[in-house]
Amino acid sequence: MKDVIFTVKKNVPLTKNVYEMTLTGDTSDIERPGQFVNIKLDGLYLRRPVSVCDKTNDTLTLIYKVVGKGTEQMANLPDKTKLSVLSGLGNGYDISVSGEHPLLLGGGVGVPPLYLLAKELIRDGKKPYVTLGFNSADEVFYEKEFEALGCTVTVTTVDGTYGKKGFVTDALPDDYTYYYACGPLPMLKAVYKACKTGGQLSFEERMGCGFGACMGCSCKTITGYKRICKDGPVLYKEEILWEK
Amino acid sequence: MGKMSVDLCGIELDNPVIPASGTFGYGLEFAELYDINILGTFSFKGTTKEPRFGNPTPRIAECASGMLNAVGLQNPGVEHVIKYELPALKKVFAKKVMANISGSSIEDYVYVSELLDREEQVGWLEINISCPNVKAGGMGFGTSCESAAAVTKAVKAVTTKPVIMKLSPNVTDIASIAKACEDAGADGICVINTLLGMRIDLKTGKPIIANVTGGVSGPCVFPVALRAVYQVSRAVKIPVVGCGGVSTAEDVLEMMCAGAAAVEVGAANLVDPYACKKIIEELQEVMDRYKFVGEGSALPLKE
Repeated sequence: MKDVIFTVKKNVPLTKNVYEMTLTGDTSDIERPGQFVNIKLDGLYLRRPVSVCDKTNDTLTLIYKVVGKGTEQMANLPDKTKLSVLSGLGNGYDISVSGEHPLLLGGGVGVPPLYLLAKELIRDGKKPYVTLGFNSADEVFYEKEFEALGCTVTVTTVDGTYGKKGFVTDALPDDYTYYYACGPLPMLKAVYKACKTGGQLSFEERMGCGFGACMGCSCKTITGYKRICKDGPVLYKEEILWEK
Repeated sequence: MGKMSVDLCGIELDNPVIPASGTFGYGLEFAELYDINILGTFSFKGTTKEPRFGNPTPRIAECASGMLNAVGLQNPGVEHVIKYELPALKKVFAKKVMANISGSSIEDYVYVSELLDREEQVGWLEINISCPNVKAGGMGFGTSCESAAAVTKAVKAVTTKPVIMKLSPNVTDIASIAKACEDAGADGICVINTLLGMRIDLKTGKPIIANVTGGVSGPCVFPVALRAVYQVSRAVKIPVVGCGGVSTAEDVLEMMCAGAAAVEVGAANLVDPYACKKIIEELQEVMDRYKFVGEGSALPLKE
């Protein structure tokens, strides 16, 4: 973890309430896909955790949905705004166990961290399947970006206005070797039930600090108490205890 | 140049800055970020007899200039702390640590205090009778003079280390409770723990925190904490540790001006993990700017 000053380079809407923000700054503490950063915003006491969508040595891409005061403020940040960012938080996905054809399942703003994951899996010689789930056609983003990486992409919408009608679990390929999931809790539960291979799921929780100090985001797992921010957000399927 | 070191119940601190319990774990996360030996000391995570998971999540909410938490004393239990956390801490922290202790009965407080009394690295026992987030015990012991005195007396009977009672601001007269603790043998008083509060999510109409209520901390409670330090330090002769919303070196001096012998920093650590380091680095200059010569009473409050 490092406290890094990032500068907003680009901040554009992808859909009516989902934004893509590109920042410049030192990304050296981001070591694995699925990690997140925690952003200090003016006038708000707690930082805002946002998953890493993509990075190079000196650029960081974040995708966020406007859901409250913090993300609203983010959406209005002009270029060149400087932000204090705690970078390189959380454990991230373990790509070493993916097998040949890993399946990446993303729901809504659970999609972004899968982008860097797909990139690294491809760099590792793997052939990922990517299934992106949204409620409706007007919410779909990043389909082309995943295709451009060389992934086999399927989009599902709940109302059937785009791609296959249904949930990500209605579009599972036959021969995937492992799965990686990120999305809302009901989706994660459905994926956990439907997918029979090994897998890793990324969880969300209201956080205090984001680096393991406050115990604000703890959950129970088969292997003991874990802090979503520090021991997660990614949990192996085998260790999950569904409580909620 | 003012002197940064202070005396806390007979143990000298290089400076008065102490990360508050519950915001600093058992020190290890922060030791990865900076040399924690620069601290006066720190108060480790509230420790109980049995391991505790704490409350369901969400445990955290935000408010103007602060936050609420209802963690509910999650900790691995005193045996685990002695076996794993303290040996790990010893490798990165050469100073005495403050052991924060909680319980749901007087027997629990005594049990944990007895075990931690034997630990060489523990300098002080900070007895938390002010946690607003647990059903049994916690704040229940800190809201009457009789029960606060009873816990103080029971703990004092099993330890030779200085006992600092951490009090709740959720009372009518905090000074009288502090006085009751002093009369029961306490060596110091820490004020304040968090203020009981709540937030509601208008989208769902439900409380944000699963526990419904939580403890408010952060800069928004600083004036309340400062007032408590002022009242308590005038009611007792034992040292008072100021705690509540401290975020800057100026806040530290304000606390000392009100009567604090040392000052705890809580929520600020969660927003800026380097908060205590920055405060310590700035403290000398800020002391000199205000001609503060140290030892708490050296800049007496003008009334």
